[in-house]
Amino acid sequence: MGEATAEPFETEPSAEVPEVELYHATSWWTKYVFSQDAKIIAIQYSVTALAAGFVALVLSWLMRLQLGFPDSLSIIDPPQYYQYITMHGMIMVVYLLTALLLGGFGNYLIPLMVGARDMVFPYLNMLSYWTYLLAVLVLLASFFVPGGPTGAGWTLYPPQAILAGTPGQEAGIILMLVSLMIFIIGFTMGGLNYVVTVLQGRARGMTMMRLPLTVWGIFTASVMALLAFPALFVGAVMLLLDRLLGTSFFMPAIVVMGQHQNYSGGSPILFQHMFWFFGHPEVYIVALPAFGIVSDLISTHARRNIFGYRMMVWAIVIIGFLSFVVWAHHMYVSGMHPYFGFFFATTTLIIAVPTALKVYNWVLTLWRGDIHLTVPMLFALGFIVTFVNGGLTGLFLGNAVVDVPLSDTMFVVAHFHMVMGVAPVLVIYGAIYHWYPKVTGRMPNEMLGKFHFWVTFIGSYLVFFPLHYLGLMGVPRRYYTIGDMDAIPLSTGMLNELVSIAAFVVGFAQLVFVFNMIWSMRNGTPAGGNPWRATTLEWQTPETPPGHGNWGKDLPVVYRWAYDYSVPGAEQDFLPQNQPPVRQGTRSTEP
Amino acid sequence: MTIMLLLVATLATIAIWWLSQQRLTEKPWLENGPAPSRAATSGMPAAKVGLGVFLAVVSSLFALFASAYSMRMHMASDWQSLPIPWLLWPNTGVLFVSSGAMAWAQVAVRRGQIESLRTSLLVGGASAILFLMGQVVAWQQLTAAGFYMATNPANAFFYLLTALHGLHLLGGLVALGRTSAKVRRGTDTDRMTLSVDLCALYWHFLLLVWLAVFALLLHG
Repeated sequence: MGEATAEPFETEPSAEVPEVELYHATSWWTKYVFSQDAKIIAIQYSVTALAAGFVALVLSWLMRLQLGFPDSLSIIDPPQYYQYITMHGMIMVVYLLTALLLGGFGNYLIPLMVGARDMVFPYLNMLSYWTYLLAVLVLLASFFVPGGPTGAGWTLYPPQAILAGTPGQEAGIILMLVSLMIFIIGFTMGGLNYVVTVLQGRARGMTMMRLPLTVWGIFTASVMALLAFPALFVGAVMLLLDRLLGTSFFMPAIVVMGQHQNYSGGSPILFQHMFWFFGHPEVYIVALPAFGIVSDLISTHARRNIFGYRMMVWAIVIIGFLSFVVWAHHMYVSGMHPYFGFFFATTTLIIAVPTALKVYNWVLTLWRGDIHLTVPMLFALGFIVTFVNGGLTGLFLGNAVVDVPLSDTMFVVAHFHMVMGVAPVLVIYGAIYHWYPKVTGRMPNEMLGKFHFWVTFIGSYLVFFPLHYLGLMGVPRRYYTIGDMDAIPLSTGMLNELVSIAAFVVGFAQLVFVFNMIWSMRNGTPAGGNPWRATTLEWQTPETPPGHGNWGKDLPVVYRWAYDYSVPGAEQDFLPQNQPPVRQGTRSTEP
Repeated sequence: MTIMLLLVATLATIAIWWLSQQRLTEKPWLENGPAPSRAATSGMPAAKVGLGVFLAVVSSLFALFASAYSMRMHMASDWQSLPIPWLLWPNTGVLFVSSGAMAWAQVAVRRGQIESLRTSLLVGGASAILFLMGQVVAWQQLTAAGFYMATNPANAFFYLLTALHGLHLLGGLVALGRTSAKVRRGTDTDRMTLSVDLCALYWHFLLLVWLAVFALLLHG
């Protein structure tokens, strides 16, 4: 250590950042319902998102019932099947993953991890949640309107999305588009908060390079989402106008059941550009927070500093940039100039470099670490395996030439469920088990947690791994039933049954998680302030759960990065970020 | 998508410039010293940074609409440009006046001239409302001449882009109303200056957006 450490640090003044004017709740309603406290808003976001996620889970069960046992059930007809597919996809991607990772974890962790009292715009933050709730309610309302929800597929491609014959053409598609627009407005309010809080709300000493990777992930993903969601907004507005006012932004001249429609000249490809300009960054909007969180879980539970912190930060930023120039790899079969295909295949495959770098760094962090197989660690390890698996199939689909025969088969379903379904969900569970003690002050039950992990992990593999084979055998996605097709062997039916049974088991295992969360709130063992012996600031709060304003009288001062684990000679084996350095030589005299 | 990619490139340049100020090459694991003497965050008020980020989002929205506009124009041969109403020219002038009034307000609040601050905010708001009314009249002229929204994509984009710009200005008027209320109540100068600055920045931005939209419509 240099000379700088010889200074007496105790006298560092703490509140350099102007304090956020805290809103002080005066009634039960403003404290727990219309709360402006980011921690309450985080819980509201998380519970709403998980509830929406459970609706989507039930929808996937209904789909699997049909796919696994196509002839034995007559409760699901083809229009319903398409409605379930559509709602399942949209809810999971937008209303669960985006909302939970950014609205839930972002709200809880950003202010605590950067050492702020709250988000910089608390009122806007509250508004963000209620707008999000409205979006969810509008979306779910479409189950109860005549014609039901839209069955256009989660990509909502025109022309079929708004034409007669597609389920939910009457009202469902309108509610879907309106709900998405409301969601985007609500997200923008939240996203501004996440970004500006990281930029302006950091405690003294918390430089960008001392931020935990969780914050880097959420921060970068929020910036991306702020720029990418407008593309979906533009697409939704224009599609809505095509549907309601008869404009022809996306709708070509078309004949439906012998009837000429009043459309002409519109371009469905234009919608695809808009949709995927949002859609591809969206993958990383979900993945980057997961990357960040998993880095912190691995480092904490392996008691080892993260390998290559700088590289991890750079990789997050580079992935963020690259994800804006790869969108057309979702459109290889829509028809494009071969040079464009070459360009987009190249950019897509280049993303594999920073991503693989991150995987190596996680594995190298584990190498010779003091690995504690706690529940969060199990989920983190499960994530690495699943993400590598999903990433490898991405190499197949990223190549334009290989993608063409695999396009619209179950292989694609397997790929994106592995990479942006199961992988982020494993991180979400790991993160919930990890931060639950901070949120509630009690530990979740470990036995139940481990049961939940193993059933979910193995079960998810039983669900999604066989889909690769089904896809290679030519089983198409989005089909209500494949019937008797010579090209597809009968044995695929048996595999489909296995997948369906596994899906039911995995689904039921999630009830164990719900039970654990509710039961442990009262009956879990008290956790204390820092049960995982973690370095980051949220574990150093004076109260657990953190009180209003997070930090008591003084804001924390940050002296070091977030990964001082297994420090030789440290009192415990780690040094919290806000622990002042000890003068050299004095340490040995301490008892 | 060229227009959007240009915007992304611009924003990426800003991001890279900002990142280069964050000492991304430092080795944080070696630097467990005191807090750096330099403030970790910029001294700018959070509201200003927030508005800056919001303007990036709005830029992205308009750039995407502009991308869709130019792509749709070339994707099919049914595009029929509509005659741009002459009213848009004086309207543009009114918006310049509005922006100029906001710049005047910025000067006035710094000099502590409350009277001229009030006048300038009033002029800024009134001319913005006049602009919006002018836009509605332009719409009426077009519909009276038979240029309906669904008739041609050029018409649809005209209504869509002008409406979107108008809505953003309408939102700005809400903020301006709150600022005027602050001035009337006589809040302390710092907060008043910040509010006026934010309004003015938004006004200048919307003027630029309007000029871009207008150029796009003329080009079509």
